[in-house]
Amino acid sequence: MSTKIKGPAIKFGNNIDTDVILPGKYLILVDPHELAKHALESLDTSFPEKAKGGVILVGGKNFGCGSSREQAPLALKYAGVKCVLAESFARIFFRNAINIGLPVIECKGIADAVKTGDQIAVDFEAGKIENISNGKKFQVEKLPLFIIEILTDGGLIENLRKRMNKK
Amino acid sequence: MNITEKILAKASGKKEVHPGEIMEANVDMIMVHDLTGPLAVEAFKKIGVKKVWNNQKAVVILDHQVPAESVKAAELHKTMRQFAKDQNLRFYDVGRGGICHQVMPEKGHVVPGTVIVGADSHTCTYGAFGAFATGIGSTEAAAVMATGKMWLKVPEAIKVNVSGEFQKFVTPKDLILAIIGKLSVDGAIYKSAEFTGPTIKGMSIAGRMTLCNMAVEMGAKNGIIEPDETTRKFLEGRIKNMPDFDALKSDKDAVYVRTVEFDVSKMEPQVACPSSVDNVKPISEAGDVPIEQAFIGSCTNGRIEDLRLAAQVMKGKHVKDSVRALVIPASQEVYRQALDEGLMQIFTDAGAIVCGSACGPCLGGHIGLLAAGEACVSTSNRNFIGRMGSTQASVFLASPATVAASAIAGKVTDPRKVQKP
Repeated sequence: MSTKIKGPAIKFGNNIDTDVILPGKYLILVDPHELAKHALESLDTSFPEKAKGGVILVGGKNFGCGSSREQAPLALKYAGVKCVLAESFARIFFRNAINIGLPVIECKGIADAVKTGDQIAVDFEAGKIENISNGKKFQVEKLPLFIIEILTDGGLIENLRKRMNKK
Repeated sequence: MNITEKILAKASGKKEVHPGEIMEANVDMIMVHDLTGPLAVEAFKKIGVKKVWNNQKAVVILDHQVPAESVKAAELHKTMRQFAKDQNLRFYDVGRGGICHQVMPEKGHVVPGTVIVGADSHTCTYGAFGAFATGIGSTEAAAVMATGKMWLKVPEAIKVNVSGEFQKFVTPKDLILAIIGKLSVDGAIYKSAEFTGPTIKGMSIAGRMTLCNMAVEMGAKNGIIEPDETTRKFLEGRIKNMPDFDALKSDKDAVYVRTVEFDVSKMEPQVACPSSVDNVKPISEAGDVPIEQAFIGSCTNGRIEDLRLAAQVMKGKHVKDSVRALVIPASQEVYRQALDEGLMQIFTDAGAIVCGSACGPCLGGHIGLLAAGEACVSTSNRNFIGRMGSTQASVFLASPATVAASAIAGKVTDPRKVQKP
């Protein structure tokens, strides 16, 4: 996976929990494409349609709080979300997203600097985020190298296979 | 160091660890359930290792869609049953266990001072026994099952110091709701929440589990309480080797980024109103809230102490005609004890339905769901939009005493106001 991502933003507020990202009643589904059809439907039933072409999700504080369900980031990824930027993340969601190869970046001030529809460019290796539509730029703390490797490998499983084969 | 740092230092083979430090921990126990396990099994198979790193350290529990309510759920159960058999793991099937977070300590899988991870956010419950316990996702669970290791960032710690004696019908659930109301749903994000003080020292294991269970609702990585005689009494006969508790105490000079004080002596019952766990009000300010459903159960409040309290309020009374009341013991052990103590008669005589030990309506995946416009007062841990069914339904979180009183009155009610017949 490339470390550079570009796309239009879809913005949500604070404390977006994993129950609204993917309601519990869908956890019996195993196909990620099926999960994707219900991504964020509690807040916007047309989200999967809007995300289809590839989007960057922007949230406020505590994005992904609540349940540890990995089906939540999976649903977002398969719906077309290429990256999630937020003021802060709930830690289990943060790890889950990285582990399935979905870049997530904590960026203070991002929620106020972006509106839905803005074009966003992200370089998660360099820690650079730019709102191309209004020119606002952010330099965030870089992710540790081993996390960047997990992302560029496409997720923890691929990364682990690679590491185990080296041994 | 504080207790969390001491456990993480030991787990990474270091003398000391400091907040912010990223370390690799040896995991002592991992748990997966029927909704997070199948994804973990799929990921595990992709890694290419044949066996779980230690079959004595991985537990599989079916509890969410129990008993299977659909063919899809039955397939998930079948996957987990087969995996547990192939790998020779400890496995708790339908009717043999109950809610994972109750079964884990009951069956001796929780040892003070150890590192426990589970593919469920409420894994933090085991901090009640002085373990470092935290929730992870399915892929991470697969990696842990393959390697026995996981990276962790040592968290900063918040100390919650609690004093005072609870009034009658005011409970640890009311306390944790008040704490979350004060700190907010991201007040402990990435952090450790250590509960301490005279009230905690005098609290039952059930109460301590309720506190640590909800630590994740303020974003905490783990909740933790120093183990003591109460812990020892619960664990005796359940675990093989009792560890030395002296090594599991926070040092006098341990560092906390924040200390908050609570005095429970004047605390009234608390209610978390929709649709955020920190939207907490004392019950006197909750207003007039008619309800259609009352739920007593879950990993937060489905223990025998909770059922006794609810039964005490409901004894000889009737659930209001407009309300359906669900009682779900957290485990088969709790179920059996409630039978022996005659609590089931009290609930059924009152017009409540008692269901088999499982997660029930808490996560909206199975039984007891809500229709649009309905309200439920629940002893569970989350009141998010759509959590218990319709996105137009509302969930109020409260203690078993408050939920029982509300079931009788047909609206959110202070248990101290329910009169004896």
